[in-house]
Amino acid sequence: METVLRAKKVNKYFYEPEEFHVLKDISFEVRRGEFLSLIGKSGCGKSTLLYLLSTMDTDYKGEIEINGTKLTGQKQKQLAAFRNEHIGFVFQFHFLLPEFSALKNVMLPAEKLNKYSKSEIKDRAYEKLRMLDMQDYAMKQSSKLSGGQAQRVAIARALINDPTIIMGDEPTGNLDTANTQIVFDILKDLATNKGQTIIAVTHDPEFAQKSDRIIEMKDGEIIKQ
Amino acid sequence: MIGVNLEIARTHLLAKKRQTLVAMMGVTFGIGMYLLMISFMNGFNEYLEDTLLSSTPDIHIYNDIKTDYSHSILDQVSDTSRMLNIVHHPKPKDITPNIHNPKQIVSDIKTFDNILAVSPQLSSQVFYNNGPVQIPGTLNGVNIMEEAKLTNLQDKMKTGAIEDLMKVDNGILLGHGLATKLNASVGDLVTLASPQGTSMSFRVVGTFQFGIGSLDNIRSYVSLKNVQQLLGKDNQYVTDINIKMKDYTKAKQLAAVFARKYGYKSEDWQVANASAMVSITIRNMMTIVISFTLLVVAGFGIYNIMNMTIQNKLKDIAILKAEGFAGSDIIQIFLFQSLTIGLFGALLGLILGYAMSYGVYNLPFPKNEFMSITHFPVTFHVRHYVFGVVFGMLTTLIAGLMPSLKAGKIDPVAILRG
Repeated sequence: METVLRAKKVNKYFYEPEEFHVLKDISFEVRRGEFLSLIGKSGCGKSTLLYLLSTMDTDYKGEIEINGTKLTGQKQKQLAAFRNEHIGFVFQFHFLLPEFSALKNVMLPAEKLNKYSKSEIKDRAYEKLRMLDMQDYAMKQSSKLSGGQAQRVAIARALINDPTIIMGDEPTGNLDTANTQIVFDILKDLATNKGQTIIAVTHDPEFAQKSDRIIEMKDGEIIKQ
Repeated sequence: MIGVNLEIARTHLLAKKRQTLVAMMGVTFGIGMYLLMISFMNGFNEYLEDTLLSSTPDIHIYNDIKTDYSHSILDQVSDTSRMLNIVHHPKPKDITPNIHNPKQIVSDIKTFDNILAVSPQLSSQVFYNNGPVQIPGTLNGVNIMEEAKLTNLQDKMKTGAIEDLMKVDNGILLGHGLATKLNASVGDLVTLASPQGTSMSFRVVGTFQFGIGSLDNIRSYVSLKNVQQLLGKDNQYVTDINIKMKDYTKAKQLAAVFARKYGYKSEDWQVANASAMVSITIRNMMTIVISFTLLVVAGFGIYNIMNMTIQNKLKDIAILKAEGFAGSDIIQIFLFQSLTIGLFGALLGLILGYAMSYGVYNLPFPKNEFMSITHFPVTFHVRHYVFGVVFGMLTTLIAGLMPSLKAGKIDPVAILRG
């Protein structure tokens, strides 16, 4: 399988409140369709690493490449366009826009991408919601959804542009066991059947055990992969 | 793509209707009050300028008596290199206040461009006899048809008509205040005495009112010939030449030309009404300052509300950035919100400003014996309304720009990591 993500000698420092070497010479590769879990104790740097890979944090040394595109050193505007097309995000908190309906929340990244017509985008959004069994709540205002429902809508939103990589920052951290199971199954299915790569930071050992591959970190270094 | 950004901006505005409305009302009120102020002040200034212009000629040429006392006839009989001649309190002798060759000057002035009317006059201090009481005043000997072109006298008549001055032998037009003091009305006879002691009787053919007490209480018009008769002067004797121009804003330059050409004092209306012009300038300044303040306050209102909105929307901004919206998209979203508030606020402000101006325009002016005004003077100039919208939009643009730029720079990682 081809490599979709490549990190080479990534180093990161925090300067506040005092200088601190968070990530030390991190190098690894991720292949297409892989379901990768990033684990480690709090403060080990796994979330920091994820946000570097996400292109939102550009303050690091080293090199990051996704889908054959070198992202290090690119302008914010280009990175935003790259994220829009190639990366989907799922956070611990759903971060849905409260004024919009569930459907509209899913549609927005596609409207930004502007690749499909409005009606196509709507059809695709419905299709993603159906995948997550949320089609009945499409027109509901997102602030009125329950936690589990909102998280599923957030996953549908992450999928709308068929991204190469789906990044999760404790995607099941706020969910009960049943919902955690549902979310895991969806992600697993995406990796296995759609060939989409999943990179998830998690504290849940069970979640990590079921994924294809685990990278364990400690004090800013990869200790097991 | 701009479409999505606009849609998000619109949803934000509609989701917080009351806050949007309050911000809009700030602009509406600011622009409404600006329009009321400027329309009212402008109306008042125009009214004042109008009154001044009709009572003072655009250019006034007269013989400003300046006597040169630096030489004395004594100098010719005594040696000034050895002694100094001192003359106490010299007085002028054999000086006449009239303009020489008035006919030629008048016909010459008429050859200039931009001249509407030229009226030669002979004015004199007189006493109006009212039984044993003598009321001081001025008598203007004029060619009434030329004078009417200068002052629009026909519109200012309270009783009688100006043409009667030519029909009736020894007719006189009295200022309204003067006629009241003399208790005279059309058809009555009034007797005038000149400073030289001669006196004549005139028949009242009409009364006029300029709306300026200091004129209406002392001025009267008779024919030029009658004043020359009263003063015992020949028919070339004229003291003033008053000029009305087609474009009175050019009076200043032309007055200087006349002064050089004829050698007489030549005064334009702005100089003659210097104190009134100063008050107009000060009023204009005040209007601008107050209007500006109102609009700036409205701008601060928008600035505050936009700052608050952005503070409440940090998470939304962060997730939009994660989804792939760039900083410029975020700026667009929030700038569009403040511009919408500005545009609708300004348009409502136009309506409010027009309504208030119209209301003031229809208010009757407190009844006043001396002023010829029935309603509050208010102007309706399109340029004020256009300026209101443009300035309102500009204020909101600037007020919205600062918070929007700040929103564009928000670092999503700090917010998403919690």
